[in-house]
Amino acid sequence: MSAHGYKVVGTRPVRPDGADKVTGRAAYGADVHLAGLLYGAVLRSPHAHARIRRIDTRGAEALEGVRAVITASDFPPADAGRIIDLGEGQQTVAEVRGNMLASGKALYKGHAVAAVAAVNRHVAEEALGLIEVDYEPLPAVLTALEAMREDAPILHETLTRKELGTDTGEVSNVAEHFRFELGDLEQGLAEADVVVEREFDTATVHQGYIEPQNATALWNQDGRIHVWSSTQGAFVVRDTVAAALNVPVSRVKATPMEIGGGFGGKIRVYLEPVAALLSRKSGRPVKIVMSRQEVFEGTGPTPGSHIRVKVGARRDGRISAAYAFLAYEAGAYPGSMADCGAMCIFSPYDIANLCVDGYNIVVNKPSTAAYRAPGATNAAFAGESVMDEVAERLGMDPIDFRLRNAAHEGTRRADGPKFRRIGCVEVLEAMKNHPHYSAPLEGPNRGRGVAVGFWFNVGLASACTIGVNADGTVNLVEGSTDIGGTRASIAMQAAEVLGLRAEDVHPVVVDTDSIAYTAVTGGSRTTFATGWAAYEAAHDVLRQMKERAARLLETEPECVEYQDGVFRSGESRMTFAEVAARLNETGGPVTGRAGVNPRGAGGSYAGAIADVEVDPETGRVSILRFTSVQDAGKAIHPAYVEGQMQGGSAQGIGWALNEEYCLSPGGAMQNSSFLDYRMPTSLDLPMIETVIVEVPNPGHPFGVRGVGEANIVPPPGAIANAIYRAAGVRLSRLPMKPETVMEAIWAQRD
Amino acid sequence: MATFRFKVNGRDRRIETDPARPLLDVLREDLGLTGTKYGCGEGQCRTCTVLMDGKPAASCITPVREAEGRAIVTIEGLAQGGGLHRVQQAFLEEGAMQCGYCVPGMIVRAVALLESNPHPSRAEIVQWMDGNLCRCCGYPRILAAIERAAGAQPEGARS
Repeated sequence: MSAHGYKVVGTRPVRPDGADKVTGRAAYGADVHLAGLLYGAVLRSPHAHARIRRIDTRGAEALEGVRAVITASDFPPADAGRIIDLGEGQQTVAEVRGNMLASGKALYKGHAVAAVAAVNRHVAEEALGLIEVDYEPLPAVLTALEAMREDAPILHETLTRKELGTDTGEVSNVAEHFRFELGDLEQGLAEADVVVEREFDTATVHQGYIEPQNATALWNQDGRIHVWSSTQGAFVVRDTVAAALNVPVSRVKATPMEIGGGFGGKIRVYLEPVAALLSRKSGRPVKIVMSRQEVFEGTGPTPGSHIRVKVGARRDGRISAAYAFLAYEAGAYPGSMADCGAMCIFSPYDIANLCVDGYNIVVNKPSTAAYRAPGATNAAFAGESVMDEVAERLGMDPIDFRLRNAAHEGTRRADGPKFRRIGCVEVLEAMKNHPHYSAPLEGPNRGRGVAVGFWFNVGLASACTIGVNADGTVNLVEGSTDIGGTRASIAMQAAEVLGLRAEDVHPVVVDTDSIAYTAVTGGSRTTFATGWAAYEAAHDVLRQMKERAARLLETEPECVEYQDGVFRSGESRMTFAEVAARLNETGGPVTGRAGVNPRGAGGSYAGAIADVEVDPETGRVSILRFTSVQDAGKAIHPAYVEGQMQGGSAQGIGWALNEEYCLSPGGAMQNSSFLDYRMPTSLDLPMIETVIVEVPNPGHPFGVRGVGEANIVPPPGAIANAIYRAAGVRLSRLPMKPETVMEAIWAQRD
Repeated sequence: MATFRFKVNGRDRRIETDPARPLLDVLREDLGLTGTKYGCGEGQCRTCTVLMDGKPAASCITPVREAEGRAIVTIEGLAQGGGLHRVQQAFLEEGAMQCGYCVPGMIVRAVALLESNPHPSRAEIVQWMDGNLCRCCGYPRILAAIERAAGAQPEGARS
């Protein structure tokens, strides 16, 4: 039992979906099978930028076994300018449709152009080869800085630059320039004794979930559309399908299947409306499953970026000014998460004078999507590298320097809000006190680095219902797809309230017809917000159960007390199960319900300590030891919190050292396979040690802070700082692959 | 088209199909054994691992003709009677999954290891499992689960 006296919260029960997952019975999106199912395939642009003059589908339509062929012209008429919520970010109907099936122009290599449904996959793929597309190739622009130039090729003739909130009317690849400002930057720089200014570039990387995107759709004869897919948000699927196909949301039912990883990448919708259009045309259900190459080339990776950071500090160790220039590649359509990077880059620090300029820039790459703390990791690599250099110039220990400047309750974030209770200091102290930080690191070419990172977390809407079973257990119904164990962490919060064992709460994630609106599994919100809905629904159950107990105990509800699974009134007592067994004779079934939209998500801080060894002959970096520290507020299921920390750390390590989209000058991805896009394997990684810090979030009944994301933010910075101590070079480019390390070593020798 | 005969999870099967078709597609589409998953189509993530005559094989790159006359075991064939295989049980107890998508391939590959080497060292387990990708990074718990299944005290599952 924890200090709070919790009986379930803080324990480590076996997950409710475990047996299905170890036996292969868990049904993921590609496992859906329906009678009469057709298989779909998508034709994709071979050009990174091209005008589509004409598409001739007659050859494909004539092939035996083909049941439907569609292009963008098959979308029903709609208000193209209407804005829809994509779960994390908003786009117009035209942009959303444009990314599903290109209209007028192909904007990246891999952009969907047409789709086919046929009796099997082989025929569908053969039919793709019979579609003739007349392309007029155009020059492609692939990086933020190139795309900002005045003579750059323009992606969208209708996109005009928004400058500090005002539409300039000027056609541009820069969708938006925004600025966050606190205090007086120039004044702060004038006060500084040490100023460090550096530039950085980070490559485009992919979330790398092992399960490719998939969708099955049935456009029924009654006009209802049913889709099954792997998604982080069934309601985002429902709403996006409805918007893309211009039907009311109530006409669409989205069933979320088990999801094989998402990390932000399965919020955007790619295939479901395409499968639905094919279903309407063929009159049969249609399933589309992406290949790995399609996942890399046709779904949203996370933005590449160009970043400049300038930090000034006084001799007393206090930061007096900080500036960041964040130019993020949105990919083919606006929306780059530069704003999230700007909200996070300096958030571990209490800085009076700061300014962040953010640029959201379209380029001829896949339209970017969220990836675990989207935008924050790029920025923190730059920010934490500069902070490390400032600490060094001041002669301070890097953790002491950060503690001296750490954000705390009352600190104002760059974008305005003041922090409530946060755990930045506690995370830094846990890093400092960890045996890893004081352990000797002997041997040549070895170094230790640290970094911290922040993710603000979100709340958003969640619904939950709980039905009481006659055997004293309950069924918990929710709409948050479970990627990392949230069925358990939500059920445990209900169990704690109800005084039941974790295994007596049976959680189920249902389709959009079966629960009220629930926002995406994203923003580290699920255990926080859907957990809160479960907490409220459980209290609703308890209130009703007290009334039933009162009737059975022949007293008034306010005279009934409930503790440890037992209702008491004076000397009389009944267990939860005994009352549950007699619901039908006391008024009928009991259902608790709640809908919440909580504020106060309470940001999470994470820190990393990395020991590396750099091979001075090859530039290869090996991680010798790695420790991840994170504030969870309250860890509901500590094993899953550790799992999130290890997962985020591993992805951060891959991002730091190996992963990148290698593009040809024309914009074709050269490494769109797992053979060439190198993600960490079990041999690449050290044992990742974890330390859970618990600074309760005042905005949640159990003090929960979401833990899914902040852990990926510090690793690249920590590893860069470790490489500096090992090899004497400060790297300014991700990934820090062997050739990048060697270039830096050679440049230093020259 | 040609006819192929092989055993799947102890049962004789006769399949008429294109000889070059991946075994993975035959298992999933013709036999309804959807526990084996597609990850990359190139044998690089090993999510599609099955056993062929006791040895792990990447079913996404194995043409069905290679299965002729062999005994295939998929994730569905491991649990016997009412009980889980000890490797499945260990994964469950160790909580060795987040999304669970890579788990069938991990378990099948680990079964092959323990059949040939019942008491592997930590290093042998890491070496053997290297190449089975898990992006959620359940590696620490997955390795611990295999140690648990081998009867060893799991090392460092918790830090």
